[in-house]
Amino acid sequence: MASHSPIPNSCCCYSRCKDIYCESLREISAFQRTQWGQKNLAGFQTELVTLEQIEHLHRRFKQISGDQPTIRKESFDRIPDLEFNPIRSKIVRAFFDKRNLRQASDGLADEINFEDFLTIMSYFRPMEMNMDEEQLDHFRKEKLKFLFHMYDSDSDGKITLQEYRKVVEELLSRNPHLEKESARSIADGAMMEAASICVGQMEPDQVYEGITFEDFLKMWQGIDIDTKMHVRFLTMEPIAHCH
Amino acid sequence: MGPIPSLIPGCKAFFHLSHKVTRVVPESALLIVLGLFLGGIVWAADHIASFTLTPNVFFFYLLPPIVLDAGYFMPNKLFFGNLGTILLYAVIGTVWNAATTGMSLYGVYLSGIMGQLDIGLLDFLLFGSLIAAVDPVAVLAVFEEVHVNEVLFIIVFGESLLNDAVTVVLYNVFDSFVAMGADNVTGVDCVKGIVSFFVVSLGGTFVGIAFAFLLSLVTRFTKHVRIIEPGFVFVISYLSYLTAEMLSLSAILAITFCGVCCQKYVKANICDQSSTTVRYTMKMLASGSETIIFMFLGISAVNPDIWTWNTAFILLTLVFISVYRVIGVVIQTWVLNHYRVVQLEIIDQVVMSYGGLRGAVAFALVALLDEKKVKEKNLFVSTTIIVVFFTVIFQGLTIKPLVQWLKVKRSEHREPKLNEKLHGRAFDHILSAVEDISGQIGHNYLRDKWSNFDRKILSKVLMRRSAQKSRDQILNIFHELNLKDAISYVAEGERRGSLAFIRSSSTDNMVNVDFSTPRPSTVEASVSCLLREKASSVCLDMQALEQRRKSIRDTEDTVTHHTLQQYLYKPRQEHIHLYSRHEIIQNEDEKQDKEIFHRTMRKRLESFKSTKLGINQPKKLNKSHKRDRGQKRRNSNAIPNGKIPSENPVQDFILKEKDVEFSDPEENYESLHMDKGVDFLANVTKQNCTDATSGDTSHSAAVTGYSFSDEKLLPWKPDQAKQNASVSEKSLHFIPSCLQKPWAQSCSSLGNRGNTTPSTISEHTTSYDPNLREVYWKAVSETNNKPPVNSGYCSETSYEPVNSQQDNSVDRQERLEESNPKENQEKKTLLNAQAHYRSAAARRVQSRRSFHRPKSLQHPKLQKLASLPSSCHIPPHSLEQEETQL
Repeated sequence: MASHSPIPNSCCCYSRCKDIYCESLREISAFQRTQWGQKNLAGFQTELVTLEQIEHLHRRFKQISGDQPTIRKESFDRIPDLEFNPIRSKIVRAFFDKRNLRQASDGLADEINFEDFLTIMSYFRPMEMNMDEEQLDHFRKEKLKFLFHMYDSDSDGKITLQEYRKVVEELLSRNPHLEKESARSIADGAMMEAASICVGQMEPDQVYEGITFEDFLKMWQGIDIDTKMHVRFLTMEPIAHCH
Repeated sequence: MGPIPSLIPGCKAFFHLSHKVTRVVPESALLIVLGLFLGGIVWAADHIASFTLTPNVFFFYLLPPIVLDAGYFMPNKLFFGNLGTILLYAVIGTVWNAATTGMSLYGVYLSGIMGQLDIGLLDFLLFGSLIAAVDPVAVLAVFEEVHVNEVLFIIVFGESLLNDAVTVVLYNVFDSFVAMGADNVTGVDCVKGIVSFFVVSLGGTFVGIAFAFLLSLVTRFTKHVRIIEPGFVFVISYLSYLTAEMLSLSAILAITFCGVCCQKYVKANICDQSSTTVRYTMKMLASGSETIIFMFLGISAVNPDIWTWNTAFILLTLVFISVYRVIGVVIQTWVLNHYRVVQLEIIDQVVMSYGGLRGAVAFALVALLDEKKVKEKNLFVSTTIIVVFFTVIFQGLTIKPLVQWLKVKRSEHREPKLNEKLHGRAFDHILSAVEDISGQIGHNYLRDKWSNFDRKILSKVLMRRSAQKSRDQILNIFHELNLKDAISYVAEGERRGSLAFIRSSSTDNMVNVDFSTPRPSTVEASVSCLLREKASSVCLDMQALEQRRKSIRDTEDTVTHHTLQQYLYKPRQEHIHLYSRHEIIQNEDEKQDKEIFHRTMRKRLESFKSTKLGINQPKKLNKSHKRDRGQKRRNSNAIPNGKIPSENPVQDFILKEKDVEFSDPEENYESLHMDKGVDFLANVTKQNCTDATSGDTSHSAAVTGYSFSDEKLLPWKPDQAKQNASVSEKSLHFIPSCLQKPWAQSCSSLGNRGNTTPSTISEHTTSYDPNLREVYWKAVSETNNKPPVNSGYCSETSYEPVNSQQDNSVDRQERLEESNPKENQEKKTLLNAQAHYRSAAARRVQSRRSFHRPKSLQHPKLQKLASLPSSCHIPPHSLEQEETQL
């Protein structure tokens, strides 16, 4: 793993590493004291992001940010594995999306701090066994919202055909043999399907303008999302950069 | 094996027929019982058990097809996603079962309950190892009918497949230990045993993968020998089995992994027909083998020679294997749940414990034992048979009610959805990205890496170039859905008695009701025209409307029939009989079918793109909208009686392009026609409600009202009559002489109008030429019988393109401003102006209709189809008419 993440100037020596660790602890405790932190950290901890995991994430945060308190978009360039991701730009963008950060209803943040980083990461926590129906539902919605926001790049609450086409093109961009044309027709087909699911029989002259979030939920009905949007923050062995 | 195998297909067919029985009793249980019955007959006949399931037959002929089938159709993503879990159950679970069962039996034996047996600890362990393994055949047979959720299924089934290596090793090790004698077993032998486990399992896997690679590579180069592709699939995978067996590696693992690894590439490489062949042959072989296995289990049991009853031993075996299975599952699941994203709940654990079915593998292994070395072989054999029968019959019978009672998450069969796939793909990428960002190695990370590797190297080596292109799951689903759509579309057409609507471009926009362009304006024009007619009250008579609607349908049918004749494939005069061993000659019919599919799909997609999404041909549409708008404004001012309130131009402009047509005209129409229009519409609506089942009646209803006689077009282009006369030559023979003149005129005017905008409406123009003759012939003859005011046969409207009206409208407008007193022209202009409200009116009708339409049709595709126009029925008389004319 170490070879995959050449992290600049951090973790060169033990003392430095220790510093970071202490700092991270300090920051975490500071974070705990913030209003949001008080409210949510407890939630985080029970919801499978344990304090240890937060520490790990903090370390990772530091690595990505290059020891800065905030991450900027360019910082993600430091993760080499991300390069091959076809929807890389969309994902990185999602980290800065104010809707996902629960800050505003649209717009992009220039930089995010650790707290925001955790907020984004918490979208991917697995669900707990002891959640009741309502919580599960809420949880599900949150996750879907993340995806929805990724598609809906102009924050107008609708995934229009153009937006959808773009996503599909990007999704299929790894296949070098697939022309844009077929990606488009796939997007068209998907949109048609969405329209038929959400509106049912359409008026002949009705135009389906885009998928709203309600429609989006409707499309996901009956599909088991539980297995789909989880990352187990499990192998939390810190990426051993401190030799 | 004589006559009995020939019985098997019959039995199978019988079981499939009697659903009531098989719904309760699993097929495997029935087969065993049947086998017992047959065995009884055989025994009664010669008192010798002539037919038994011999290990050789089982391992070399019966087992491989089943396992290959399982591997080749393994849901790979699910399998590898749960590989860790499966491996734990398969390895640790099996070892645990074997050890505990053997030890416990030995312990009980020492206590003396079982009486005196010539048996040692090693024998018990040997027995434990062969009875421990969950059997893939039994699990498949039972779970296939239970339909538990796929994760649960893949865990139980994967375990049963992968535990083969463990079983083989344990069995061989203990077998050789027993042969050596307990005293001679040293520590080195034990270490050897453990090492051999890794050799056997990894070696088997490796053999499988190597052959999978070979198979994929071979199928890449079979482009010119398609006919032998299926052969390669079977032969090479069977070779992997034999090779592994020869090297005393795990043969089941080899063939499983051969199937699992090659499936992606092979399926991409071989052609569709080969793929179908492979699929069917594989399923046939597998299900045949399965049937034979279970029946022979039953038959083999009827043999007094092998029965040695020892109640304590048999009962305790049953108890121990069940209890230890439960304990093993619970402990392992507890461990696993710390690592799994999707937790295995208690209900799942119950099903997993209960699904630990033993089967033919255990029986074959026990039959393999050497009686000289294992003194109590017969006891083992009879115990195994009891255990197998108990698990397959009793547990197989009860697992279904259990699953229902526990409300285990069932697998639901869903149609593949494009959106689902796309979102799933997006999720995969997001997850791997998040893992990258959070800096950890998880499933997604590995999967991502693997798919990169696969894409960059493996696929390039193992797949055809053409296959690489089309080999994307999303694309596949897309293709599949399209095909399904097309098939159902055509099927619906056939059900309705005609495929003509697919080919006929004139009815195109009627057919694709849910896709179509803002309702073909030509048709819609009629309602508003009717409403604006001074004498429109006459037309409110529903009978007249009905009559007209019928006649319109006839027209459409005529047109349809013509196009059919034009396009329909000629029957082949000569049948070419060719024989070739290496090629299958494609049937001409298939080609035609394909072509029809292609056409349909192309058409549908195009019309969809251009309409629903309003994007693909934006220029054209927008243009016409703008023109429409401009015209409307002009027209509204020009209406002589000034009934129309002035439009609100601001509102008009604010609206988006696509909304334009929804907005103003409707309001105008409302205010204008409060008096006459409303009750007319009410009538239509009512009527449509009553016969909603008959499909899209409304637009034919909308058409009905159109009423101006074609003769009145005469003043416009009188000089063209001669030119067009030639066109109508044939038809004129049938027209009474008194009508000939108007006929020619109307025809000419029509032709002229059609010619005005040939480029913009290429689709419409195709339907113009010869069909119209009939239309007009009918139209004119009808005209003759009716009062002139509403003699209007809508044919003119139906075939006149929108744009031609628009083009002409400016001129007409000018004429109006000159206040030309000619009645004809004024009327014409009026009509023209009013025509722009048609859409509003028609839409109103439609919206009401669809508001009232019962929502009983749930399937979206069926809904689409249900809205096909009634014109798809060709009434017989229209065809007759055709023939007389030609």
